[in-house]
Amino acid sequence: MNVNVSPPAIEADRLTKRYGDAVAVDAISFSIPAGSVTGLLGGNGAGKTTTIGMIMSLVAPTAGRVSVLGYDMARDAYRVLHRMNFESPYVDLPHRLTVRQNLSVFGRLYGVANIPERVARLAADLDLKSFIDRQSGKLSAGQKTRVALAKALINEPDILILDEPTASLDPDTADWIRGHLERYRATNNATILLASHNMGEVERLCDRVLMMKRGKIVDDDAPEKLIARYGRQNLEEVFLDIARGTGAAKKEAAE
Amino acid sequence: MSAASSPAFSFSRIFAMVMRHWYLLRSSWPRLLELIYWPLVQMIMWGFLQSFMAKQTGTLAMAAGTFLAAVLLWDILFRGQLGFSFSFLEEMWSRNLANLMISPLRPIEFVLSMIAMSLIRLIIGVVPVTFLAMFFFGFNFWGLGFALAAFFANLLLTSWAIGLLCAGLVLRNGLGAEGLTWSIMFLFLPLTCVYYPVATLPAWLQPISWALPPTSVFEGMRALVLEHTFRADLMLWAFGLNVIWISLAGWGFLKLMHSSKQIGSLMSVGE
Repeated sequence: MNVNVSPPAIEADRLTKRYGDAVAVDAISFSIPAGSVTGLLGGNGAGKTTTIGMIMSLVAPTAGRVSVLGYDMARDAYRVLHRMNFESPYVDLPHRLTVRQNLSVFGRLYGVANIPERVARLAADLDLKSFIDRQSGKLSAGQKTRVALAKALINEPDILILDEPTASLDPDTADWIRGHLERYRATNNATILLASHNMGEVERLCDRVLMMKRGKIVDDDAPEKLIARYGRQNLEEVFLDIARGTGAAKKEAAE
Repeated sequence: MSAASSPAFSFSRIFAMVMRHWYLLRSSWPRLLELIYWPLVQMIMWGFLQSFMAKQTGTLAMAAGTFLAAVLLWDILFRGQLGFSFSFLEEMWSRNLANLMISPLRPIEFVLSMIAMSLIRLIIGVVPVTFLAMFFFGFNFWGLGFALAAFFANLLLTSWAIGLLCAGLVLRNGLGAEGLTWSIMFLFLPLTCVYYPVATLPAWLQPISWALPPTSVFEGMRALVLEHTFRADLMLWAFGLNVIWISLAGWGFLKLMHSSKQIGSLMSVGE
């Protein structure tokens, strides 16, 4: 009998976060298998960022637990952080350091074996060569996003967490980033957790979507199954149904 | 990336953080200038005052002999704390803190890198000024000899303890607490008796003053300059206090870091 004992890439069990009386994340449970791309969707204040914060051990849960590759993030985060990485437009790299200096610093922090080679590889893959020695703060939004992605890939993470990776990018650059993420996942069998407000992006990249509303997971399925179940044309319409509270009626009508 | 574990302590990660701040210093001449500007202005002002008072007679002339030593030692304390705190604030200003907190960098490595940067900043800022004091006012700071090493070590330990506590408060409360890192040390200026003996303070304030490690250093400096006596007892007292202070500051920093995870402030670095 072939028994697969590998733990899920990410697993949450009744994960809860309260700030005083406000419930940001309300006892959510989910399990994300290794090698999958999962979208975390929801309107503003749905609890996506807090959930990501708890997965990365930046936020302490009030109750429940979250584990990554089998390690409890409240207790054993340092046993797994070197196998994870993160990118968000709301987190920057030091502006006055050049792209090469920033990537070298993070390469060393993550214990990358041959840093110059790894930086050169990323510069080639993400088309950073023309500005690799320019200060990070002087780059355009598209260039900054590519550099942030290079930092997130510096350690070839098994778990890649992306918070709106293509926010404020032009369609061409955004498409280019999505293509790179698809290639990275296919080559490295990486697990990607993606929070995004771009429904087209989620439909293209994700195997599965976790829909959040007011701290709860209100639906969880593959994008095409969600679209079919709600009787809609695309994920954006499903999102609006759920956000506006018309989701249950649409789902029943479609079923 | 392989599944191999990340070491629990790594000099390489500390070195990475030192390099991060060294690249920053190297790229910004205003930051380098700022390091040396204030110690230089202080030295010039107190140097002239010392020269003027030395021409008077009596106790005032004797006291004046300690001014330059006091101002240079004060700068070690003040600059040591600022150097430590600035390294932390740079991460907040550049919105890089979350990147570091999700990396394998351990809190102790983060703290040790800030200590290393505090030393580097201090060397850049204060050492040239000591030579200028010798050139302009004939005051040989290095002539304090072995005592200088004891003063230096004790003042730095205190500066790191205070810097660590400030970093924890900014981590917990955001950049709204930034002003504290600039101003907290000035509370120590009157209480640690930088320019006058502890006996000057009212009796009720003196025990509080003696509980501050720098007080023993400044008192020891006056004993050395005025009486040519090295007070080892004062240095040991300061060192003992520093051990307590550093331990409390380390505990406080970890508590504040834990608290910042509870309130989610690491996800929203800012005011």
